[in-house]
Amino acid sequence: MSDGAAAAPTHVARRRSATRRRLRRLDTKLSPYLYIAPFFVLFGIFGIFPLLYTAWVSLTDRNLLAPTSSFIGLQNYSELLRDEYFWNAVVNTLGIWVLSTVPQLVLALVIAHVLNRSLRVRTFFRMSVLLPQVTSLVAVALIFTQLFGYRYGLVNYLLNQVGIENVNWEAGRLSSWIALSTMVTWRWVGYNALLYLAAMQSIPDELYEASAVDGARSWRQFIHVTVPMIRPTIIFTVIISTIGGLQLFTEPFLFQPVKSGSTGGSGRQYQTVSMYLYEKAFGGTQFDFGYAAAIAWCLFLLIAVISFVNYLLVRTIRSADA
Amino acid sequence: MSIVPYRLRTSARPRRSRGHDRAGPLTYVGLLLLVAFSVFPLYWSFVVASHDNSALGAYPPVLTPGGNFRENVDRLFNAGIVNVDFAKALVNSAIVASVVTLSVVFFSALAGFAFAKLSFRGSKLLFVVVIATLIVPVQLGVIPLYIEMIHFGWINRLQAVIAPFLVTAFGVFLMRQYISGAVPNELIDAARVDGCHTMRVFWHVVLPAVRPIAAVLGLLTFMNTWNDFFWPLIVLTPHNPTVQVAVSTLAGSAYVPDYALILSGTFVSILPLLAVFLVLGKQIVGGIMKGAVKG
Repeated sequence: MSDGAAAAPTHVARRRSATRRRLRRLDTKLSPYLYIAPFFVLFGIFGIFPLLYTAWVSLTDRNLLAPTSSFIGLQNYSELLRDEYFWNAVVNTLGIWVLSTVPQLVLALVIAHVLNRSLRVRTFFRMSVLLPQVTSLVAVALIFTQLFGYRYGLVNYLLNQVGIENVNWEAGRLSSWIALSTMVTWRWVGYNALLYLAAMQSIPDELYEASAVDGARSWRQFIHVTVPMIRPTIIFTVIISTIGGLQLFTEPFLFQPVKSGSTGGSGRQYQTVSMYLYEKAFGGTQFDFGYAAAIAWCLFLLIAVISFVNYLLVRTIRSADA
Repeated sequence: MSIVPYRLRTSARPRRSRGHDRAGPLTYVGLLLLVAFSVFPLYWSFVVASHDNSALGAYPPVLTPGGNFRENVDRLFNAGIVNVDFAKALVNSAIVASVVTLSVVFFSALAGFAFAKLSFRGSKLLFVVVIATLIVPVQLGVIPLYIEMIHFGWINRLQAVIAPFLVTAFGVFLMRQYISGAVPNELIDAARVDGCHTMRVFWHVVLPAVRPIAAVLGLLTFMNTWNDFFWPLIVLTPHNPTVQVAVSTLAGSAYVPDYALILSGTFVSILPLLAVFLVLGKQIVGGIMKGAVKG
C-alpha cells in the first residue's frame, strides 16, 4: 500500500515536469516568432504585397473605371519617358528639394552649434525650435499660403517696406519654389538641429581642448572638429531629407488657394512627381492606375539613386582635418 | 529601480566646462529671433482666425488678435455653412490616432523584445528586413493599397487609415535599441528561473522597463497619425474625414478663400498637439535626441 501510494505521486510529478519542460521548450521556440508576427503579417498585407503588385500593375493598362485590364509590357514606362509633364515634375521636385535641403541643413548645423553653448533656459530654446515639427503639413501649407498671398500676404508687405513690388509667389516657377522651400525649411530645420545637437554632445571634450590649445576659435572648431565628428548624423539627415523631399506632396498640393486638382499651378510650375502620380491615379477623372504605378516605380528609383549619390558625396567630408 | 536605462544616461552628461563656449548676449538675441521665427506662423494663424476677413486687407496689417475667434469657430462647426463635418473629423482623428498609438507601442515593444533578448533562428536576417522596410516610400504602394481597400470594402472607412499603421518598422527598431540597453539580461534570467514563461517576462519585466521610450514612441506616433494627410486624402472623403482632410477641404471650397474660416480650422486642428507639446515637449525633445544618438 505504501509502495503504490509513494510511486503514484512521483510518477505523476515526473510526467508533469516532463510536460512542463516540453511546454517551456515550445514557449522559448515559438514565442519570438509569435512576437514579431504582427509586424510581418501587417507588412506583408499592407507593405510588400502592394509593392510587388505595383510592379505588376505598372505593366498593365489597369484603369479603375475599366472592367478588365491587359498586360502591355513596358509601354507605360516608354510613354512616361517621353512625357514632358513627367520630366517637368522631376525638375520641379529636384529644384524644390535642393532649395529646401541645402539651406535647411546648413542652418540646422549653425543652430545646433549655438544651442550647444552653455545656455540658460536651454529646454525653452530646444522646445521652441521643435515647435514647427509638431505642426501638421496641412497647417504649414495653409498658413504659409496665406503669408505668401499676392495682395494681402505679410511677406509681400515686408518686401514693400524695402521697396520691392508685390511678388506673385504662386505664379512664377522660381518664386513658387522659394515659397515652398520656405515651408519645408521652417518645419524641418529645428528637428535636424536637435539631431545634430545630440550628436555634438557626444563628442569628447578632449578633442575641443586639444584644438583650443592650438588656438582654434569657436567657428574654426566648428568646421574642423564638430562637422567631421558628426558626419554619421549628417549622412543620416541628408538621406532622410532626400527620401522625404523627393516625395513632397502636401505643401505644393495645397499651395493654390482654390484646389484645382494636383496640377501644381496653371503652368505646372510646381507640380512634383508625387502630385503627378496623384493626378493620374486619383486627381481627376482619369484613374489611370497602370501609368501611375509606373510613376511610382520611377519615383522610387529616383529616390534610391539620389540617396546613394548623396551618401557618396557626404562621405567625402574628411575626418582627417580634425 | 534597478532597471533605469543606464546606457542612455551617458547622453545626459554634466554641463561641459568649455568656458569659452559660454553664450554672450548676441547669442541670446539670435536665439530669440529664431524662437520668433518658429512661433510666428502659428501665432499668425490665430491672428487671422480671430478677425473677420476684412481685417486681412488692412494696411498696415493687423498683428494682434481680434475678437472674432468664437464666431469663426461657430461657423466652423456649423454644417450649414461649412461643406465638411468638422466635429466628426476631430472625433475620427482622435479615434484613429489613439488606436494606432496604443497598437504601435504594444506590438513594437513585443517585437523589439524578441529581437533584443530572445534568440531564434533567422533573427538577424529578419531584423535587417525590418530596417529595409524603413526606406520604402509610402507613395510607392498607394495604388495597390487602394485596390486592396476596394476589395476589403474599406474605402471611406476608418479601418483604411488604421490597419496599415498598427505596427511600424520605426517602432520596432526604436524598441529593440532601447530594450537591448535598458533591460539587463540577468533580470530576464532571474524571472525565468522563477518560472515565468516568456509572455510573463514581457509583461512584468520588459513593459515596465520600456515606459520612458514607450512615452516617446507614443507621442511621436500620435503626432504623425494626427498629421497624416496623403493616404487619408486618397482613401477617405469629406463625408467621413480625418481632421487634416477636413481642413484641406475647407481650403478648397470657395473661389475666394475664406481665410478667417480656413485658418480657424487650421488653428483648431493643431491645438490638441500644441497642448500635448506644451506639457510633454521636454520629453519629446529628449526622445528625439536619444533616438539620434542611438540611431
